[in-house]
Amino acid sequence: MSNHQQASSVSFSYLAVIRSTVFAFLISSVLFIPMVGIKLSGWGYRFAFDQAFWLVGLVTLVRFFTSIIVQVPKWKALALRIFAQRAYLPVVEDTKNRFRSRITILLILLAIIANPLFLGQYWLSVWITALIYVLLGLGLNIVIGFAGLLDLGYVGFYAIGAYTVALLFKFYGFGFWESLPIAAFAAAFFGAILAFPVLRMHGDYLAIVTLGFGEIIRLVIHNWLPVTGGPNGIRLPKPFISFFGLNFSKGNDPYSFHNFFHLPYSEFYRPIFTYYLLVLFVAAVAFVCYRLKEMPLGRTWEAIREDELACRSLGINAVTVKLAAFTMGAFVGGIGGAFFAVLTEFVSPTSFSFIESALVVAIVVLGGLGSVPGVIISAIVLTLIPEILRDTANIRILVFGVIMLVVMIWRPRGLTRIVRPRFNRP
Amino acid sequence: MEWKYIQQIVNGISLGTIYGLIAIGYTMVYGIIGMINFAHGEIYMISAYLTAIVIAVLTSFIQLPVALVIVITLFCTIPITALHGYVLEKIAYKPLRQSQQLAPLITAIGMSLILQNYVQISQGARNQGVPSFNVGHYILWTSVDAAGVTNQAQISFNQILIMVAATLGVLVLAYVIHYTSLGRQCRSTQQDRLMSSMLGINTDRVISFVFVIGAGMAGLGGVLVTLNYGTFDFFIGFVTGIKAFTAAVLGGIGSITGAMIGGLVLGMAESFFAGFVNADYKDVFAFALLILFMVFKPTGILGRSEVEKV
Repeated sequence: MSNHQQASSVSFSYLAVIRSTVFAFLISSVLFIPMVGIKLSGWGYRFAFDQAFWLVGLVTLVRFFTSIIVQVPKWKALALRIFAQRAYLPVVEDTKNRFRSRITILLILLAIIANPLFLGQYWLSVWITALIYVLLGLGLNIVIGFAGLLDLGYVGFYAIGAYTVALLFKFYGFGFWESLPIAAFAAAFFGAILAFPVLRMHGDYLAIVTLGFGEIIRLVIHNWLPVTGGPNGIRLPKPFISFFGLNFSKGNDPYSFHNFFHLPYSEFYRPIFTYYLLVLFVAAVAFVCYRLKEMPLGRTWEAIREDELACRSLGINAVTVKLAAFTMGAFVGGIGGAFFAVLTEFVSPTSFSFIESALVVAIVVLGGLGSVPGVIISAIVLTLIPEILRDTANIRILVFGVIMLVVMIWRPRGLTRIVRPRFNRP
Repeated sequence: MEWKYIQQIVNGISLGTIYGLIAIGYTMVYGIIGMINFAHGEIYMISAYLTAIVIAVLTSFIQLPVALVIVITLFCTIPITALHGYVLEKIAYKPLRQSQQLAPLITAIGMSLILQNYVQISQGARNQGVPSFNVGHYILWTSVDAAGVTNQAQISFNQILIMVAATLGVLVLAYVIHYTSLGRQCRSTQQDRLMSSMLGINTDRVISFVFVIGAGMAGLGGVLVTLNYGTFDFFIGFVTGIKAFTAAVLGGIGSITGAMIGGLVLGMAESFFAGFVNADYKDVFAFALLILFMVFKPTGILGRSEVEKV
């Protein structure tokens, strides 16, 4: 990267290629040979130099070719065009054919509605998980994408949502429908409490404070044995979710779903209902996000994200505006948590580690910061891909990391283009 | 009861010097580019693995005296860890030098996930460890309580090693920063990057140097912790990273002396909390301390308040 400028002025230099290749070879050898080539086992070790040499060879080869590419003007121009950074915010006006986009939306809706009818039990639960992550992604998108606040403790609100449902059941016997709004408001309340003091901070301070906050919540859940059950978690009764008061149990209960509607019993009713319910919630949240973007509040978020000092100078109260973003994000996170509790019917602190927060951040980053359809698609892609490629389960987190790294270097504004509504349309 | 206070002070100092060593990396990077290096904790974690690898290889060949093993481990581990810091800067920060605030933060988190998973894949997810050597301790205080039970406050050889090595490391760092040309360039870049580059300082090189120094200090901390505690896994960088950052904030981010002081304060506070209040909640206490300081005194003990400029 560093020799872009020098390379354009001089002709092809073999010395530069050799130098950078040897440099890459030496560095990657020092990095990989001890860490990959020597595997610890007990207090001893064994050699696995073949893996280290593959990695060193790969890095050296890549560096060799890139050092050639940056020296050939034509290739370099091509590479620069592909990897050019867009530092500005591209605003693409919404000029698409309204009719055609309506048909697309209709088709997508049909696909979403018909989807559970083609899925087995397992894939249905995978899709439900994916939809929960869509909810989380949309919620965090309000905080990171719209308002530009990097919240690394988002999983804390998710945990509060899930544990509110679980604790309300454990101590007061509440069902899902009573506890869902309480869960959402509890998460929002904690979001506001956390946010109020910390929102005056710089972006990276905020990130690390929210990170600490998420960990505090997890650690408290982990250690507060009499209430939360600690690492053993809380188990919910098996068919926990109900169809407006009708449960999904198998027995002869007249108020169970299949008896009330005189249907034969099927274990699919419950997941299919959960799926549709989640689709409704996702649609509602997405709609709210769309409207928010056009509202003065959404515009203020964007403005604060771009230049906070200018906004403050114009008399905008940055703290309350950011607080709104934070609280709304936490609210959606709480809903997601409640659904998580319903899906797994078991909550324990291990489900709320930092990796979950990182995954949701990766979803928002890949989806394009601030783009609602982008976030929905990337959430589905990032949860389904590890399920499809089962063998890659152990490099899942590596993939998330690489996505964050590459997308941010390549397109610091996110992958999708942001379509912004225009007010002065004639 | 005195023995318990003395014991917690000893534990607190040795824990605090480790936090201080790691906090130096955060504080120097923040001072120069104004960003938190989120992957710094992972660098520390990698140095723990490197320590174990070096010790395993060394002890399998020849029987060496303990002091020599420790010195060789330090001289092998610290440069390799420092190289990790160099590469980290080149991959995650250099391409985004001109970019807005959020992007480098996200690349750093991505890098931290990558490093964690890289170690998990290459070394396995299990706990790893080093054989405990350098065992032994001095007794600082002996008391017999009313029930006739003898209590002792002791300082182990490893704790002495931590204090001595950390002090030496910080002294070397102070010499480099204050009396060498590179250190002068560092200080001038910290004050004004644009002006320094106009005066002919290669600021890119200075930034690399700062990452290398920070990683080297984290490497020193990693070796010392690993020798002391013996076990580690690929996840230790996360919590230690946040705590070291807390130390940096406590002392006033941007100041190296502040990082060491903050580390000592945090180490003391944490070990007293663990010893006298509740050991389960000591991490919660440390994070709560971070949030409290962020809210009420974000400039820390030694930091100066910054004026935001357009």
